[in-house]
Amino acid sequence: MKALVLHLAVLAALAAMGFLLPPYHHGMMARVLVMAVFAIGYNIAFGYTGLLSLGHALHFCAGMMACGIAMREGVAAGPALLLGLAAGGVTALATGLLALRTAGVSFMIVTLMFAQAFHLALLYYGGFTGGDEGFPLPGAARRLFGLDLTQAGPRYAVALVLFGLVLLAQWGLVSSRFGRSLIAMRENEERSRMLGYNPFTTKLAALVISGLCAGIAGAAYGVLFGYVGASFGTTQYSILPMLYVLLGGAGTTLGPLLGAGLMAWLIDAASGLTDSPLAVIGVTLIGLVVFAPRGILGTLRQRGLKWLP
Amino acid sequence: MGTGPLLLLATLEGTVMAAVLALAAVGLSLTFGVMRVVNVAHGEFYMLGAVLAWAVAQAVPSAPLGFVAALLIAPPLVAALAWVTDTTLLKRLNYDPESTIVATIGLSYLLQQGALSFFGPDARPVAAPFSLRLQFPWFGYSGYKLFVVLAALLVLGAVWLFLRRSKAGLVMRATQVDRNTARAFGINVDRVYAGTFALGAGLAALAAVLVVPISQAHYLMGHDPLLLSFIVVIIGGLGSLRGTLIAALIIGLADGILSMLYPPTLAKIVATLAVALVLVFRPQGLFGAPAR
Amino acid sequence: MTHLPRRCVLAGLAAGSALALSPARFAMAQSAAPIKLGFQLHRTGIGASYGRWYERTAQAALTRVNAAGGINGRPVEIVFEDDGTDPKRGAEVVDKLVSQHGCDLIFGPLFSHVVIGSAPRAGELKVPYLVCSEGYHVASGMLNRWTLQPGITDVRAQVSSMAPWVTSTLGKKVTMVFPDYAFGHDHRDFFTAAVEAQGGQIVAKIAVPPTETSFTRYFPQIPADTDVLYHVMVGPAVLTFVKELGEFYGSGARPQIFGFIDSLEAVDLAGPGLEFLEGTHFWEGHCRVKQADAPAWEGEYRAAVGVDDNGASVSDAKDVATYAHMFSVWETLSVIKQGMEAAGYQSTADRQKFVEAVEAMTGFDAGLDHVQGTKTFNGKTHQVFGQQFISKVEGGKLIRVHATAIEDGLYPDAVDYTTQSF
Repeated sequence: MKALVLHLAVLAALAAMGFLLPPYHHGMMARVLVMAVFAIGYNIAFGYTGLLSLGHALHFCAGMMACGIAMREGVAAGPALLLGLAAGGVTALATGLLALRTAGVSFMIVTLMFAQAFHLALLYYGGFTGGDEGFPLPGAARRLFGLDLTQAGPRYAVALVLFGLVLLAQWGLVSSRFGRSLIAMRENEERSRMLGYNPFTTKLAALVISGLCAGIAGAAYGVLFGYVGASFGTTQYSILPMLYVLLGGAGTTLGPLLGAGLMAWLIDAASGLTDSPLAVIGVTLIGLVVFAPRGILGTLRQRGLKWLP
Repeated sequence: MGTGPLLLLATLEGTVMAAVLALAAVGLSLTFGVMRVVNVAHGEFYMLGAVLAWAVAQAVPSAPLGFVAALLIAPPLVAALAWVTDTTLLKRLNYDPESTIVATIGLSYLLQQGALSFFGPDARPVAAPFSLRLQFPWFGYSGYKLFVVLAALLVLGAVWLFLRRSKAGLVMRATQVDRNTARAFGINVDRVYAGTFALGAGLAALAAVLVVPISQAHYLMGHDPLLLSFIVVIIGGLGSLRGTLIAALIIGLADGILSMLYPPTLAKIVATLAVALVLVFRPQGLFGAPAR
Repeated sequence: MTHLPRRCVLAGLAAGSALALSPARFAMAQSAAPIKLGFQLHRTGIGASYGRWYERTAQAALTRVNAAGGINGRPVEIVFEDDGTDPKRGAEVVDKLVSQHGCDLIFGPLFSHVVIGSAPRAGELKVPYLVCSEGYHVASGMLNRWTLQPGITDVRAQVSSMAPWVTSTLGKKVTMVFPDYAFGHDHRDFFTAAVEAQGGQIVAKIAVPPTETSFTRYFPQIPADTDVLYHVMVGPAVLTFVKELGEFYGSGARPQIFGFIDSLEAVDLAGPGLEFLEGTHFWEGHCRVKQADAPAWEGEYRAAVGVDDNGASVSDAKDVATYAHMFSVWETLSVIKQGMEAAGYQSTADRQKFVEAVEAMTGFDAGLDHVQGTKTFNGKTHQVFGQQFISKVEGGKLIRVHATAIEDGLYPDAVDYTTQSF
């Protein structure tokens, strides 16, 4: 009950922010919401199921590319977004079928390799994908349910609705029986096998759900902000969601949002304060693992707020 | 160019690449094998070695002297930095695999920024200690590149001897097999870990000093050695020096020959997927024992 | 402040105090508030070599503009924001410069993916976005009415204007070596077309993967009957590329070699392993070494941006400038000044007038405002066209051997931005 109230309160606060934030932070928050969807996807794989992937940029960028290329060829934004969602799921299924034969560090490297190969393929077939330069999506095509997504208000609303749906779906998922089987994979795979779970299919299902989230996030990022490009498929975009999740708290429902928001704010503040934004991010990460290794919400949960979802 | 010379060139290039890979990977193989942690900052230690080599070369007027000075200065400096990192940071994290990854990602951002601030954003060439050029009838080839191959063999041999024949090496291997038993036998595991981490970083810097004359120093150069080292170490099998060497040879030669047969980018894609598939179907690597 | 007479009084007071306080005379200002220009800077990331010099050039140009009384009698300020040479951050920086810093317009980015990633946001915010990128993305019609490139010739025009000289002087059978992504593909496509139009032939196209760090293995693919080897590489690995090319040919026979200076921007040609470049040719957007017949303003410009006669920093002879590109920042600021004055620019409400004023321009005369040379501006495609230079490395220095005519690089319009809505 407390958890439900908390989720609704967060969504209400985000909705209020849509009206209250000054223009710059309003735009930034819309980006954060979409990146948080990506991070929720990562959280399902890593935070709950314990699958440390370094290749989620593949699913994010596949979603973005599928959606963007479809729109360039004249498909409307709605169906194109669904294509992006599917692309994220299909790539996760295909790579998961192979990568899940490994575990631990090998799993990290295999996912990284798949993402690297995908990124190179985007460059190699640049004539079709736009390559490293990418391409802008025409403003006229960026409409959804009659909303003009080039405008700040509708853009924020769409980002919020998407985030809200994914957040609640994540909460529903992890409080379900299936969600508990995911956590069992993370905690003790051997024991859950003895209890009758099939680790392979359970983990594969988690990866596909994770990939769906990443795919829709990538597609939404393209549609909402009007640009599609292979740079979103670089390793950096695999590391970002991991950082968001670790910062906010792996295995907490609201950690991805908190992490994405704080990270965006941190990068922004750092670039204003000093010439060395990279150093500030580096110091924060190190401070985080030393002083709050479970992330912010994970630490809060450990220190008394046991009910925190 | 005929098939013969072409093959000769491909083999030369493949061997050099294998040497570079093995040099870059040997330090990572050590830390990874003994400590079971993923050091994402390994590439940054490599970069620091290259950057320091350039800085030393600026201060010393003659290329051979500068090279020797860099060999003597850069690896100990980087090793010392790694020692400090281990004792102040990784030890506090109790070498938890995930925390270590995040901490070393943070460290790599810090080191990149440090290099950018103190060294600048430009790519810098470093002169080779000697400028021997081999002129074949069909093409010329850098003598220094062949020296890198020799140096790689020497370094790998020295590391092997160190691990097999020295007391320190024995202690490290004992810790690798079972850290708790090692502790029970009175081994100071903390010092072994710090020493291993420092040695791994020093080897990365040494590799960079040797390799930088055939590439260049740049503050973002750490990414590729990191990735390639990982591939080599994993394909070769955890903590197996022999595996590391053979994996480096296979990958180096395969890359050289594949990129002559196919459009190079396509070859890279195929090679990347092939590495992934090897890992999928032989997760313990080609030469590692199955996981216990 | 919409009440005109009162504003004039205030402005008079402000101008008076500005006159008293600073050496610059900001006379006749309608408002004393500075004009704020946002600069999207590659301070970190792969573009950092360029970014550093772009920042210095922008500072130097700013000092000059302010010393001459600012724009429309108002002082000018530049707000620099690092984009990390990343398209996502690039679009965020556009947001930040406009919405948070309140900049009147944005200029300065070089890397194409940052430009293409940021232009949609500039269009949505309806803020002029003046890029210094040499990409063909502006004139191709890919972007929008708010995006302009008045400071540097695009790559299509550059390579097209090179082709006649290359085929007539160096040889007709050309092998191209280029990076296997968009920038390299532009070179491949436009240079191939231009060479074939001259009766020449591209005998081989060698695409090098973007992640490559070693190049020797590609050189055997260069056909033996090649007259000219055309190379354009970017990124830190280009040094290796040039060194290995030198080792490969060594003392043996080699074709003529023609490269784009992009390969060696910010690189000292006297560096180890580069002796091989002696006698080869380079395209230059602006001659790195001060030529014997350099016009008077060339020295003044070098002094302002802190570059010596060899193209290196006056404080460090080994710190070589990105000289062939950075003039675009200087010239873009000149265009901003001319455009704002022509538009009678007062506030952000006049942004559209500013774009229209720039679109109405037809060309620029060489001089201290346009140090690289005379240019033609096409208001429909938002693209400027200037002459290009071909230099030969002689005694380790780049000596100009040819200057193209602007007409050599012109091509049919692919877009008319002036028919698009704002």
